[in-house]
Amino acid sequence: MTLTTHLPQSYGYVPDVNAAQAKQTPVRKRQVPIALVSLLTAAGLLLIWAATATAGLVSPIFLPAPAVVAATLWNLVTVGFVDSTLAEHVLASLGRVLGGLGVSVLIGVPAGLAIGMSRIGRGILDPIVEFLRPLPPLAYLPLIIIWFGIGEASKVTVIALSMLPSIIISTAAGVRAVPKDHINAARAFGATRRQVTLHVVLPSALPSILTGTRIALGTGWSTLVAAELVAATRGLGFMIQSAAQFLVTDVVIAGIAVIALIAILLEIAARALERWLAPWASAH
Amino acid sequence: MSHLSFNDVSLTYPARDRNGAAQLVLDRISLSLSTGEFVAVIGRSGSGKTSLLNIAAGFQEPSEGTVTLDGAPIDGPGTERAVVFQDDALYPWLVARDNVAFPLKLRGVGERDRRARAEELLELVGLPTAGNRRISELSGGMRQRVGIARALAAEPRFLLLDEPLGALDSLTRSRMQTFLLNVWTKSGSGALLITHSIDEALLLATRIVVLSPHPGRLAADIPSSFAADILSGTPAGDVRASPAFKRMHDGLIGLIHTASPEEELAA
Repeated sequence: MTLTTHLPQSYGYVPDVNAAQAKQTPVRKRQVPIALVSLLTAAGLLLIWAATATAGLVSPIFLPAPAVVAATLWNLVTVGFVDSTLAEHVLASLGRVLGGLGVSVLIGVPAGLAIGMSRIGRGILDPIVEFLRPLPPLAYLPLIIIWFGIGEASKVTVIALSMLPSIIISTAAGVRAVPKDHINAARAFGATRRQVTLHVVLPSALPSILTGTRIALGTGWSTLVAAELVAATRGLGFMIQSAAQFLVTDVVIAGIAVIALIAILLEIAARALERWLAPWASAH
Repeated sequence: MSHLSFNDVSLTYPARDRNGAAQLVLDRISLSLSTGEFVAVIGRSGSGKTSLLNIAAGFQEPSEGTVTLDGAPIDGPGTERAVVFQDDALYPWLVARDNVAFPLKLRGVGERDRRARAEELLELVGLPTAGNRRISELSGGMRQRVGIARALAAEPRFLLLDEPLGALDSLTRSRMQTFLLNVWTKSGSGALLITHSIDEALLLATRIVVLSPHPGRLAADIPSSFAADILSGTPAGDVRASPAFKRMHDGLIGLIHTASPEEELAA
C-alpha cells in the first residue's frame, strides 16, 4: 500500500447529526428527596437513643448517652485508649487492610488471568477458589495463627485470603467478557500473545477487576476487625475488644462508629479510583 | 502487485451432538484477489461470507485447502491483511488517536512518530479534530472512520471489510460508501468487502462474488464498473438510476435466488 505521508486532500466531513450527546434528564414532578427521608430517619434514631439514655431507662453501662460517646470519641483522638491514640489504632488497621489488598491483587489478578485465558489454569485454580470462597475467614484464622503466630503476618494473610476469591473471580469474569473482535483486531495488527494480554485483555478487564477490588475491600475490612478481636495489640478491633472487657461501653460504641465511617470512606475511595482508572466504563 | 488466493478452501463444523451431521459451511472455494481490486462478496445468510473473511484474516483455519499470499500459505493473522469489523472493535480505553496508532505501537514505533502518523490518518478519514475524543463520544459513522484509519495505519496490502457499514443508518451509510471507495483508491490496496447489500456491492466493487448458501459455494464471479463512475465524480444517485445499474441489480437478485435451495426460499 502506498499511502504517502503527504496528504494533499481529505474528504470533507460534516459531523454526523447522531453524534453522541449528553443525556438530558426529563423534567419530573417534584418529590420528597430520598436523602432527606434518610437524614430524618438517622436524626430520629439518634433522638430516641438520647431520650432513652437521659431518661435513665437503661443503665449507662449498656447504653451511654450520645453526648458521652461524642466526648469519648474526642478523648480517643486526643488521649487515646490502651497505649495508642485513635489515629494509631486506625492506621494499624488501615495498614493491615491495604497490605492484604496489595498481596491479594498481586496474586489474584494473575490467577484470574490464568483462569480466564487458559483451560489448564482454570482446571488448576477453579477448585481452590471454590474451596476458599464460601469459607468464613474466621474459620481458618486459628490455623493461620498456628502457622504464622499472632504478629502482623497472620493478620495480613487472613485479610489477603478473604479478599482473594472476589478479586480472582472478577478478574476471570472480566477476561472472559473481552469481545472476541477486540482480540482478533489486535492479532490482525500483529500482536503477540503477550501484547494481546497486556494491551487488550488487561485494560478490557480493568473495570471488572476494580469492581472486584472494591467488593474485596469491604470483605477485607470486616475480616480485619474480626481478626483484631482475636489477636492484636493495636487496631480498631482490638480497641473495642479490650474496652468491652472493662465494660467501657462508650469506647465500644465510639469504636463501632469509627469502623463504620472508615468502611464508608473506603467504599467512596474505591469508587473514585474506578472513575479515575476506568473512566470509559462509568461514562454511561 | 500482490495476490491473495483461496485454493479449494472448505470449512466444516463438527456435529453438535452424536446424532447430528457435520455441517459444511464453505465448499471448495477458489478465488483470487489482487491489490487494486475491490471484491464484494454477497449472498444470503448461511452462505459463509463471514467465515470466508475470517479465513482470509487468519482468525479461522480452513478444514481443507489453503489461503496463499503471493504463493506462500498464510499462517494466522498478519499485518498485510487489516480487518475492519462490523461493530468497529475499537478500544474504549484509548482515545481516537491512540486507537489509530495501536498497530504502530505494536510494531514498536516511537510515541511521537505514531502520534503524527495517527493525526495524518485521522485527517485523511475526515476527522482532523477527533484525536482526543473518547470512542463513546463518537457516532457510528465516525467510529467506522476511526476503524478504517486504524486499519490503514498497519499499511496493509489487503483490507478485509466485514460489513463495516452494516450497522449504520442509511444516510450515513451512503456517505460512507463514497468515502470508503475514495480511501481504498488512495491506499492502493486490495479490498474484500462482505456485505448484505447488492446495492453497496454494485457501487463499490470492481468484482462481485456471489455465494450460494448451505453450503457456501461460489455461484458467480462478475466484474462491475460502477465504482469507476463514482470515482470519476458521478453522484451515487445518478449511478443507481441508470438502466445498466438496474439491470445488473435485478440480475444479481435473480442469481442469489436461483442459487438458493427451494426450502431456503420458503423459510
